[in-house]
Amino acid sequence: MLKVHRDICGYCGCCVSVCPEGALELIDAYLSVEENCTSCGVCAKVCPLGALEVVNEKQV
Amino acid sequence: MKSKYDVLVIGGGPAGALAAKTAVEKGLSACIVEKRPAIGAPVRCAEGIGKEALQEFIEPDPRWISAEMTGATIVAPDGFVMQLSSQMAGSKVGYVLDRKFFDRELVWKAAEAGADVAVKSRAAVPIIENGVVKGAKVDFCGKVTNVRAEVVIAADGVESKFSKWCGIDTTVPVREIMSSVQYVMTGIEIDANSTVFYLGNEVAPEGYLWVFPKGKNTANVGIGISGRKSGAGHRAKDYLDAFVKKTFPHGRTIEYIPGGVSVCRPLECTVADGLIITGDAARVVDPLTGGGIYNAMYTGKLAAETAADCIGKGDVSKKALMVYDKTWRASKMGKAIERNYHIKEYLIKQPDTKLNEIIHSVSKINMTEFTTLNLVKEIIRVNPKLMLELGALAASLR
Ligand SMILES: Cc1cc2nc3c(=O)[nH]c(=O)nc-3n(C[C@H](O)[C@H](O)[C@H](O)COP(=O)(O)OP(=O)(O)OC[C@H]3O[C@@H](n4cnc5c(N)ncnc54)[C@H](O)[C@@H]3O)c2cc1C
Ligand code: SF4
Ligand code: SF4
Repeated sequence: MLKVHRDICGYCGCCVSVCPEGALELIDAYLSVEENCTSCGVCAKVCPLGALEVVNEKQV
Repeated sequence: MKSKYDVLVIGGGPAGALAAKTAVEKGLSACIVEKRPAIGAPVRCAEGIGKEALQEFIEPDPRWISAEMTGATIVAPDGFVMQLSSQMAGSKVGYVLDRKFFDRELVWKAAEAGADVAVKSRAAVPIIENGVVKGAKVDFCGKVTNVRAEVVIAADGVESKFSKWCGIDTTVPVREIMSSVQYVMTGIEIDANSTVFYLGNEVAPEGYLWVFPKGKNTANVGIGISGRKSGAGHRAKDYLDAFVKKTFPHGRTIEYIPGGVSVCRPLECTVADGLIITGDAARVVDPLTGGGIYNAMYTGKLAAETAADCIGKGDVSKKALMVYDKTWRASKMGKAIERNYHIKEYLIKQPDTKLNEIIHSVSKINMTEFTTLNLVKEIIRVNPKLMLELGALAASLR
């Protein structure tokens, strides 16, 4: 699943624009992840700060 | 905020502000909903704009201009410097804005003209009836209101969701998102009247690094790299930190700004039944420069003009609204996007050695009109070989 490191995220929306599932939404300063996220990792790759991470369920 | 308007504008950036202002000037009722609590903040922009481009929409005002530019500098991967200046020595070619105030001024002007504005108000879901967009459910601090409109103008920026909710694919390909970070830095040694662009795969892979002055010792120092070149340990921030450490070791960072800029082709179609998509949400950023302020204002204004026309005729179907799509594609802006897309695709494939070679060919360019097209033309003039390499594209540059 996708983990948002909220201490790192600068709420810029860069990740939202590349998500093929439309699973991310920037609600002002809060990045929300919807259920339909497939953990593809595309958003984590492009985040300029490295605030996103795909982790397996056990790590959560 | 009322429950019904002629035009509902989603997003209070330059596209939304121009859309709302134009709509009310055309006699329509209009409302801007902006999800952030403050217009213009935080800034996600290097704030550069050409002089003529700006003046097409608004008279420059020192209240929202940080600095005036008289030239530009391009630094090749090997450090060689190319100077660009205007034919008329000392004359202004562009501005570095203060967008906190600029964006506010644009929304202010819309409000002054008669538009309603609702901040901290997010369009959460579109209202769609029989396949036609009829408005949006707007969330203000947890209170949801149905706002109906004849035409909805989506001006919701790079993080746009509204059109996606209406069934339009707005996904930016990974290789065509510029993953960006910018620091507003002070206490640094810069040329206060010239923008600087650094190129090269070591500095900014498939992108560039910029220093845009905002005053004597202050500048927007930022970088954009291709999303496909980004990853753990080599993100935009890593590249920018390395540059800053080397170039401005004593500078102080007073603002920290991540961001994304699309450099893909615009959306295949920028209208639907009852909906017009503008600015970054329509992906109309210049793919070569990453500049989108002008394009946002241009499409925002055109969208409202089209909406006024179509509402007047009682037909807001996709077919009727297509005038908007056709007009911007045929415009100077539309053509520049198409041409610059190809130039960008050519340039990102070149190794540093080639970029060095191209930039070495000319150290000083005096341009009559300060545009990327004239720059490219000049470079081709001194590198006739490029003409062949550019193939079909070259014809469009003559
Ligand atoms: C790092 C960086 C540097 C840049 N440098 C330059 C430059 O030097 N020159 C240049 O010309 N361009 C530059 N750009 C691009 C420029 O910033 C954009 O093209 C421009 O802001 C686009 O305007 P817009 O109105 O389309 O979108 P925006 O300015 O992004 O405005 C969209 C607004 O919509 C709001 N919104 C989004 N969703 C909703 C919703 N559901 N409900 C309500 N409101 C919503 C957002 O909060 C936002 O305020 C840069 C971009 C970045 C990221
Ligand atoms: S790209 Fe990174 S910093 Fe920007 S909103 Fe997404 S997670 Fe946050
Ligand atoms: S991991 Fe993939 S599906 Fe999930 S939010 Fe990121 S880009 Fe979207």
